[in-house]
Amino acid sequence: MEEGKRVCALVVDDDRLSQRVHAALLRKYGILETEVVENGKEAVDLFKSGKTFDLVIMDLEMPVMDGSEATRELREMGVTSMIVGVTACEVEAEKAEFMRAGLDACWDKPLSGSAIIAMLDELAKKLL
Amino acid sequence: MEGNKLQRQAACMRNALFDQGYLDEQFIQLEDLQDEANPNFVEEVVKLFYSDSARFIRNIDLTLNNSPSDFVKLDNIMHQFKGSSSSIGAKKVKQRCTQFQEYCKIGNFEGCMRTFQEVKQEHAALKKKIESYLQVARQAR
Repeated sequence: MEEGKRVCALVVDDDRLSQRVHAALLRKYGILETEVVENGKEAVDLFKSGKTFDLVIMDLEMPVMDGSEATRELREMGVTSMIVGVTACEVEAEKAEFMRAGLDACWDKPLSGSAIIAMLDELAKKLL
Repeated sequence: MEGNKLQRQAACMRNALFDQGYLDEQFIQLEDLQDEANPNFVEEVVKLFYSDSARFIRNIDLTLNNSPSDFVKLDNIMHQFKGSSSSIGAKKVKQRCTQFQEYCKIGNFEGCMRTFQEVKQEHAALKKKIESYLQVARQAR
């Protein structure tokens, strides 16, 4: 990440373990400002409140509002943040539908360090 | 001297967890996230796993006791359990979760019951081993 540029990330996941691990991964690779919410609706509400994030890590299966619906809503609102989907779902058709909702990429859970590096490389190009 | 002995013991216990198939490379990812700012990260995450998984097991137990069986609900709960298991690298637990889900998909109640017992056994076995390892690792620091 370019020095001096404070990148903000949002982790959207109902699983406490995933929240913890994804936030720690982001911190390890230099993203010091990370917020965590438990479902898609909370993510949408955050953006509606005026908050912005450079990177959103969006889980697919969540109660209240799932990742697909949240991503669609965010894109309809005009959100241009990088939204990366994460899912443990093994059904390719469901992952494809998640991508069609407006994701920039979709990764399998659990995320690895190399996945985070790849995401941040793409984000760096986007922010240039 | 004692410190070195404990470190060797911890290393042995850790290697055994991988060699015996209890853990996979995801656990190494967690270890990589432990640093001075988060000195107990692995232990905290493992504790979180056992807290969440106890809830999943309870919910699956309750759902299995209902008749007729709600295989969709069972599959959903086990999907979450499998996800949690993946997050800490609990390889054998995850494998049993997958088998359980396969029985859910074909509506095989006996298969679900049998595999659920195996899930619980692997879950308990890992808990015993990983807690022993973490205790020695803590003492060795």
